[in-house]
Amino acid sequence: MLGKLTWDAIPFDQPIPLAAGAVVALAVLAVLIYITVKGWVPYLWREWITSVDHKRIGVMYVALAILMLMRGFIDAVMMRTQQAVAFRSNGYLPPEHFNQIFSAHGTIMIFFGAMPFMIGLMNFVVPLQLGVRDVAFPTLNSVSFWLTASGALLVNLSLVVGEFSRTGWLPFPPLSEMTYSPGVGVDYYCWALQISGVGTVLTGVNFVTTILKIRAPGMTYMRMPIFCWTALAANLLIVAAFPVLTATLAMLLLDRYLGFHFFTNTGGGNMMMFMNLIWAWGHPEVYILILPAFGVFSCVVPTFSGKPVFGYRSMVMATMAICLIAFMVWLHHFFTMGAGGDVNAIFGTMSAIIAVPTGVKIFNWLFTMYGGRVRFTVPMIWSVAFMITFTVGGLTGVLLAVPPADFMLHNSMFLVAHFHNVIVGGTVFGALAGMTYWFPKAFGFRLHEGWGRWSAYFTIAGFYVVFMPLYVVGLEGMTRRLQHYDVGAWRPWMMVSVFGVLLALVGIVLEIVTIYVSIRDRESLRDEVGDPWDGRTLEWSTASPPPEYNFAVLPHVDHEEYYWRIKQAAARSETLPEEPHYVDIEMPRNSATGFVAAFFATVMGFALIWHIWWMVGVAFVGAYATFVAFAWRDHEEHVIPAETVARNDHARRAARAKALKAYSPR
Amino acid sequence: MRIKRAAVLTSALALSGCEISIFDPKGTIAAQDAQILVDSLAIMLAIVIPTLIAIVAFAWWYRAGNTRARYRPDFEYSGQIELVVWSIPALTVLLLAGVIWVGSHDLDPGAPIKGAGKPLTIQVVSLDWKWLFLYPDQKLASVNELVAPVGTPLRLELTSGSVMTAFFVPQWGSMIYTMNGMTSRLNLRADKAGDYYGEASQISGDGFADMHFKARAVSADDFAKWTQSAAGVPFDAAAYKELAKQGLANPALRPLAAPDLFSDIVTQKLPPGPGPKPSLRPPSVVN
Ligand code: HEM
Ligand SMILES: [Cu+2]
Repeated sequence: MLGKLTWDAIPFDQPIPLAAGAVVALAVLAVLIYITVKGWVPYLWREWITSVDHKRIGVMYVALAILMLMRGFIDAVMMRTQQAVAFRSNGYLPPEHFNQIFSAHGTIMIFFGAMPFMIGLMNFVVPLQLGVRDVAFPTLNSVSFWLTASGALLVNLSLVVGEFSRTGWLPFPPLSEMTYSPGVGVDYYCWALQISGVGTVLTGVNFVTTILKIRAPGMTYMRMPIFCWTALAANLLIVAAFPVLTATLAMLLLDRYLGFHFFTNTGGGNMMMFMNLIWAWGHPEVYILILPAFGVFSCVVPTFSGKPVFGYRSMVMATMAICLIAFMVWLHHFFTMGAGGDVNAIFGTMSAIIAVPTGVKIFNWLFTMYGGRVRFTVPMIWSVAFMITFTVGGLTGVLLAVPPADFMLHNSMFLVAHFHNVIVGGTVFGALAGMTYWFPKAFGFRLHEGWGRWSAYFTIAGFYVVFMPLYVVGLEGMTRRLQHYDVGAWRPWMMVSVFGVLLALVGIVLEIVTIYVSIRDRESLRDEVGDPWDGRTLEWSTASPPPEYNFAVLPHVDHEEYYWRIKQAAARSETLPEEPHYVDIEMPRNSATGFVAAFFATVMGFALIWHIWWMVGVAFVGAYATFVAFAWRDHEEHVIPAETVARNDHARRAARAKALKAYSPR
Repeated sequence: MRIKRAAVLTSALALSGCEISIFDPKGTIAAQDAQILVDSLAIMLAIVIPTLIAIVAFAWWYRAGNTRARYRPDFEYSGQIELVVWSIPALTVLLLAGVIWVGSHDLDPGAPIKGAGKPLTIQVVSLDWKWLFLYPDQKLASVNELVAPVGTPLRLELTSGSVMTAFFVPQWGSMIYTMNGMTSRLNLRADKAGDYYGEASQISGDGFADMHFKARAVSADDFAKWTQSAAGVPFDAAAYKELAKQGLANPALRPLAAPDLFSDIVTQKLPPGPGPKPSLRPPSVVN
């Protein structure tokens, strides 16, 4: 009846996961009860859960990402403390638990932390920057989000029901095959990623279509903000790379469920094929993570330097070059397979070449600051920290791309330091810069500067103290994923590293305080005008938060710096542009499709993991029926009357007119 | 398993006296790998350090409060700067590509190396979670201890008796994967007598952290003596099957009774290790 699921699946004998799971479950329950008692359910259902508004979906993505980043951080704390104490002893985490933690940490951070954060920012920002009302497929967008949430839920469920994968954030066979990993851990991993992977591909399709097909009148490709370019590149990578991941995991699942032999030791299976396939997705994936962050910095640095981005064309070229070359370097993740001199040399060289456009970008941000008036707001602090940190991370990346050096450093703590150097120093700093930068646009008030600044300082310092020691122990031969060790030379560095975790923790607490204080003091932090940073791109031309339809009338873009120029012209003439003619606006109606389909997908994933076949069938039919119901609906849009649009826009114009007096044009 | 763990711990304590840093190479390959690492680092630092300084300097000088800095709000393009900005990284990478190309070929793990005397063939089998070193010419089977004469080229043939992992002695040089059903090749040479740290460097399951071994470089005489010291029941296919079960093992040296053991493992005549017993949450390996 319930497949493999029995009471044995609950780890009654393991206090740590059980307690952790119980605390989380209770917290979730408490929140749910609170929401229900307060009577917020209808509001949440109407305005958020069934919303197909790209801004709402973007905010939900970021909220999910923040939640998951915290879960992943708890894993990180456990790993660092374990390695700090497990010197000539077993520490407090047995291997079967420790191995789950590093696997869950990587999986959660990459797939449910970093990626949703970037996708959330793209969701919120791209249509606004393109000067349009929504993405190409709004309901699909909601489906994408909820499928991602479904994957995240499954991964977290494994904490209490069964176990998670113990094979690392990428399940290398044959370790991940049934013979060596007979538990449900790898199945949790695979099904969570298959489900969220569908969501990610749909996001890719959605955004590529949006950016290629739906732009404001006059918004030619070469007038798009760099963030839209990087979003385009990242989504092209998603569309091209994610199907590879899906196929690879499908093959692994066939091995595990139906006794196929794609990657097994025996029966003609070949694990080298898995390595190639997973990294053919994996390297593009790292650029999916970093490109949107590059885009964020290309918004933040010009805004706070009071200048346009330097070398726009170079930036575009560099972005697209990275997009292309990202597919030609995958083998640098396994130089140590022994493919031979020629193969290693070619992939090593290609990997070094990808550093060229990356370097160009750094220089262009540098020259964006040159001749500017740099305001060190919180987003700018993150940006400068990024430029420095990422340059170091790029350097160590290229070092690892030199095969003989990689022969010494592959899979070492040096590698761990490298990718955290680029992912934390690049993607996470970018995410936090972006969040701080667009927060007032989303909620109508800024985040508190003082607290935010200290949060940034502590987080940045924490990052360096945690990861610089890892470079050192990597050079001292320490391999990654050690549950315990006996080498005295590594010990002091592990102690330094764990101290860094403490600093990072302070940074995170301060970030929470920042958000709390900002909500409390929101009246004094209010952004009345919609342009709190003296921005340059279209999202700052509308109100904060923007109305559902984004723009009362779509802008007619005639220059790369369109908004900046009309702002300057208005300031010089001290009059706003003429009032436009308002018309009715049609917007897509809310839809529960995403939520309901994801509900069935979660049930189906769970049933597949536990071999509860009847439930798989029921859930599949449910998910399918949801789509059919959606396809059948008659009313797809609702109309916002011209009077409402006019009323809202008059308020916006009034605030702008008032602000105009105080604004001195450049 | 718990009893074994205590014994293994003591041997691990002995191991921790081993040297390890890769900047203290004790073999020709390690020395060359480290040299290339340093060279590449130097090439990149030549551009990275000025860049880092420029980032800090520009950010500081052009801070909003600095009235002496000239504000140029329209400075968004300069052909010359663009040229420099593309060519500096490109030239650096060109230089690096040379290092990569030459290094990849010279230090290809499969490429034979020179040294004193006839090359010594050692067959390496990674198991859950121990290392088996077979000396076909000396007819020896050594568990968790790799012994090699100083200066002699070592011709390593490697495979896995279970999952994929990697063989690595940091101070001797280059690591390489071990995979079931396949033979990887690695050529090394130890240049200075001593005890070195050897490890598995690819996650291989619950006992992974204990999957390290002692790599000893000894004089030719000591090596000869060591080869004579094999004791106990000869190591054959049955002994291998027992060893291939999941668990830890103490160092041991035994005469090798099955000359084709390695090829039998590679061709899967001896099947890969059985893995854990199926269960939802397998019991702890190491308490
Ligand atoms: C300057 C360009 C870069 C180069 C040349 C580079 C090179 C490399 C190389 C050669 C490896 C494999 C090392 C090994 O396994 O021995 C690696 C690993 C990795 N890199 Fe980079 N990298 C670069 C930038 C990035 C960026 C931008 C990211 C992500 C934002 C990133 C994320 C990663 C990750 C996650 C891994 C480790 C995967 C794993 O084994 O678990 N890298 N990089
Ligand atoms: Cu890569």
